[in-house]
Amino acid sequence: MVKIIYDKNAKTVATRVAYGNALADLGDKYNFFVLDADLSGSTQTAIFGKKFPDRFINCGIAESNMISVAAGIAASGVPAFASSFAMFACGRAYEQIRNSVAYPELNVKICASHAGVTVGEDGATHQFNEDIAIMRSMPQMTVVNPADATEAYAAVEAILNHYGPVYMRLGRFAVPVVFEKESYKFELGKGVVLADGSDVVIFATGIMNAAALDAREMLKAEGIDAAVVNIHTIKPIDKEIIIKYAEKTRRIVTAEEHSVIGGLGSAVADVTSEYCPTRMARVGIEDVFGTSGKAAELLDYYNLNAKGIVNKVKSLF
Amino acid sequence: MNREKLLCLDEAAAKIRCLAMEAVYNAESGHPGGSLSIAEIIAYLYFEKMNIDPNDPCKPDRDRLVLSKGHTCPALYSALALKGFFPVEEIKTFRHLGSRLQGHPDMNKLPGIDMTTGSLGQGISAACGMAIKAKRCGDKYKVFAIIGDGESQEGQVWEAAMFAGHYKLNNLIAFLDFNHLQIDGDVREVMNPTPLDKKFEAFGWYVQVIDGHNFEEIENAVNNAYASDKPNVIICNTIKGKGVSFMENNAEWHGKAPKKEQYELAMAELEAAYERAKENRKNG
Repeated sequence: MVKIIYDKNAKTVATRVAYGNALADLGDKYNFFVLDADLSGSTQTAIFGKKFPDRFINCGIAESNMISVAAGIAASGVPAFASSFAMFACGRAYEQIRNSVAYPELNVKICASHAGVTVGEDGATHQFNEDIAIMRSMPQMTVVNPADATEAYAAVEAILNHYGPVYMRLGRFAVPVVFEKESYKFELGKGVVLADGSDVVIFATGIMNAAALDAREMLKAEGIDAAVVNIHTIKPIDKEIIIKYAEKTRRIVTAEEHSVIGGLGSAVADVTSEYCPTRMARVGIEDVFGTSGKAAELLDYYNLNAKGIVNKVKSLF
Repeated sequence: MNREKLLCLDEAAAKIRCLAMEAVYNAESGHPGGSLSIAEIIAYLYFEKMNIDPNDPCKPDRDRLVLSKGHTCPALYSALALKGFFPVEEIKTFRHLGSRLQGHPDMNKLPGIDMTTGSLGQGISAACGMAIKAKRCGDKYKVFAIIGDGESQEGQVWEAAMFAGHYKLNNLIAFLDFNHLQIDGDVREVMNPTPLDKKFEAFGWYVQVIDGHNFEEIENAVNNAYASDKPNVIICNTIKGKGVSFMENNAEWHGKAPKKEQYELAMAELEAAYERAKENRKNG
């Protein structure tokens, strides 16, 4: 079982920082290129760029070209990581990802930072809450959304060892470290049980895992025994664990820093509606655009917090 | 270029045109105009210049071709078939359900295709990726690309142009098939992309303008490109629909297949040209 070190005093690290460090560490062991589009300081690819300048390519502010260049590098036999903000890496370059990367099944890892509303002050034009929906509807695409710095760091090597297109979602905001680094093993496509429970299961992805653990404590005080399962791989999704917990608890709440349309909530409903119809409620962005504000304020503003999860859980009783 | 080589290439281009027309006719769809305009470029690359091996289509040191204007794949498929990458008979399956010869090139289905293309503007960027990979890793292969004049209306072409100029990708040689026509008409009337030479020059490319149906000019331009220290674009003045009188310079033939009578007329012209080329080669 995974060792959770999360508590009220947990240190906070952004998943993008773990990504940057992982690239730089893995560069000694593996041959791959890293591409960025003038945001290497923000996406943290600059750490790799400084250490391995011959394998780092700054493409300037031209994300469409960056994705197709990455495809060309991969078609020449070397994996390529391509990073920018989610809005641009996935939003702007959607069609390049589809036709130059996913359809030819090339070994390109699109690692998109600043996803969700926790971009913060930049506001709606930079807050991408639809990327999981878009990427998971694409054939041959794997979609990963790490919970914390530990998981993000481990996921980089895991996706590098998995041949094919991957979309990995990373955040700007420093979030609590949930997992112990030394013992953590990342298994692509496998849900991770953070806590067992019998009354309801909370399927959380990304930074909502910490909130889900807080919600579990709050629910315990009210006599509700909640399981918490981390779904870091949204596609291919871990059907078994979803079915197992749906059947066990008969109540599901999903929690994601993403639109309630097309993301984890939809992915879980895809499974349960077909195999084990189960009442569920979704915590996420309610089909609206974001707005400027501090990341922490925005999480509260959109009810992407423990209280938001608790309220949704109670709505099922 | 010696006469023997020239006559061989003439014959290859003539045969490519015949097969491309056959492909489009049997598919009852496809893009004859732009396939006919690039026949000499394709023939030169596959029958003269590129380091390729039909028995080892993925050999790491091969030269690459990215057909960025992927819709003109009938010409490319024909060259690959004639070179022995797959049986010539398979040309008839173009665009059919279950065929390896997809409507636009698929690198995972058909041997000899170096990059999946079809969505305009993306191929030239992928070619840049192959070229920068070679430069950074010390590979000696060259990367050829064929882009369209209509395609040059895509913003991504100019992102790629900036990229190649910035990183001085002199191992990249792009042919621009300047046949002046796109689906809706004359490129200069639909959305004028000219002056193409000055635009590429401004992005740091070595620009040459040639007759894209003349093998000696193609060869000279490619040899010049091999000696250049910049990314290369060879702007090829071509005739859309070249070789079929009623298709030449007619935008109507950008993306439709001939009916039976039209096909017979077209093939009569293309086969006559092929027979002449074959005869010429035999006679030296």
